[in-house]
Amino acid sequence: MNETLDTSTTPPAAVKETLLKQILNPRIVQKGAFFLLLLATLLVIVPVGMIVVIIVAKGAPAISWEFLSAMPSRGMRAGGIFPAIIGSIYLVGATIVFAIPVGVFSAIYLVEYAGNTLLTRMVKLAIINLAGVPSIVYGLFGLGLFVIFLGFGPSILAGALTLAIMILPIIITTSKEALDAVPKSFREASLALGASKWQTIRHVVLPNALPGILTGIILGISRAAGETAPILFTVAAFYLPRLPTSVFDQVMVLPYHLFVVSTQIPNIEQSYTYGTALVLVGMVLVTNLAAILLRSKYRKKL
Amino acid sequence: MSKIVARELNAWYDKKCAVKSLSIEINKNEILGIIGPANSGKTTFLRCLNRLNDLEPHFRIEGNVLIDGRDIYAKGADVDALRKRVGMVFALPLPLPMSIYENIVYGPRRQGISARQKLDGIVENSLKEAYLWDEVKDRLDMPAMKLSGGQQQRLCIARALAVEPEIILFDEPSSGLDPISTAKVEEAMLKLKEKYTIVLVTNHTKQAARVSDRVAFFLMGELVEIAPTARMFTNPRDPRTEGYISGKFG
Ligand SMILES: Nc1ncnc2c1ncn2[C@@H]1O[C@H](COP(=O)(O)OP(=O)(O)O)[C@@H](O)[C@H]1O
Ligand SMILES: [Mg+2]
Repeated sequence: MNETLDTSTTPPAAVKETLLKQILNPRIVQKGAFFLLLLATLLVIVPVGMIVVIIVAKGAPAISWEFLSAMPSRGMRAGGIFPAIIGSIYLVGATIVFAIPVGVFSAIYLVEYAGNTLLTRMVKLAIINLAGVPSIVYGLFGLGLFVIFLGFGPSILAGALTLAIMILPIIITTSKEALDAVPKSFREASLALGASKWQTIRHVVLPNALPGILTGIILGISRAAGETAPILFTVAAFYLPRLPTSVFDQVMVLPYHLFVVSTQIPNIEQSYTYGTALVLVGMVLVTNLAAILLRSKYRKKL
Repeated sequence: MSKIVARELNAWYDKKCAVKSLSIEINKNEILGIIGPANSGKTTFLRCLNRLNDLEPHFRIEGNVLIDGRDIYAKGADVDALRKRVGMVFALPLPLPMSIYENIVYGPRRQGISARQKLDGIVENSLKEAYLWDEVKDRLDMPAMKLSGGQQQRLCIARALAVEPEIILFDEPSSGLDPISTAKVEEAMLKLKEKYTIVLVTNHTKQAARVSDRVAFFLMGELVEIAPTARMFTNPRDPRTEGYISGKFG
């Protein structure tokens, strides 16, 4: 009796199977996957958004014309952060001047000219590893080489060279990828028209790789603008309420100033600290935005 | 005198031999059709004629290729100058990512021609020679990538003509084209042979029959047979040629 009943209704094993089938239904799986991807994206966006919101909320009250254009006063508890802003602009500007030509040219050399020898493989490996070196190590390296050995002293020159070396791996790697991504067929079409190798690089490969190269430069600039460790011993001044007159001068720099006002100065108004952070973040965003606009302009041209 | 002479040509990619002791002569102002199954070394041979194979890292060549009696692989030969004389049209139409106008003046500009009037003239002439002028004359500033496949291929022909070559190599120029575009490309080719020497690799045996003066049959890197077009298709000497042609026509 029992046995017949069992066979007439669905056996438990079959129930399990249909349930499994329902769960593994492609539509449900797809929805689940979408949800996971969305969740991951949100996890990225939420902290970034919160950082921005908090910095803006707490820093905006401090922002005024005086804050942006005046020298600090009262032991950096009042006045503005003008020298740090100018110092950061000079420093990042000088860094770019060193890093872009060297980075882009060496990427071109590695992709277009260097054969696949043991030496070039080692160079490529070294570049990848350089990207992973902690920034404080670059700072100490810059101190040893530029400040002491070459005798530049703590200066814009020493700081910019240190930062340039730090961001070179980023610029080289992204430029290399951008150059590699230019289809071989474009090069062949150009060469087949009698263009020389350099003309091909100059007129076909570089314009097509430019958006990618610009991405690398954007990443490099952001990194250079935000790092504290490499400039600590090479350029950053604790308190220097005047503007530099040459590349051998020390300057105040935003990230270091931020470190100083948030840890070294007691009884400072919180909005002053957050205002400094807001200016730093704002400057990085503006440079990025400019580079992104430039990039999309070139993309459109293609 | 032959325009192009290859003598005992061997070509390797690393250890893979792609062209085997190939000797062939190509006459001035003829269209030589090259037919043969895939991987028989047709493209490799073609790219030996403008030294585009130099780009392959492990490519090696033995033997001689003479153009106008001069060995193009001789030590110190000017490769860029060679590629000006020997133009190439690829299997897939491949405009550069710029305007129609800029595509055509790309070659001339690299040779230092920059006078607008001169460039305008070159653009008009080459587009007319490639039977494309009427279709694009009002939109020369349009990105070349926006043209149809057939138009792109004729643009590539015009672009090759703009550098005033003596020889034009076609590598399966209509493999991606519809019959009407193909007809237009063939029409251009027939006209072009008055001024240029043309080597046409094609996977359409019928195309070779329609446009070439002589036809060469390649098989596994070797030249099996070369003959005037009519004889090749009516009375091939080698059974392998016959097999290939009849298979294709059957
Ligand atoms: N870039 C390359 N690297 C290695 N082998 C190649 C390369 N190009 C062609 N080959 C080989 O050389 C032989 C001839 O190829 P190819 O000249 O392209 O023939 P076809 O044009 O007649 O199809 C084939 O076996 C192919 O696999
Ligand atoms: Mg081929």
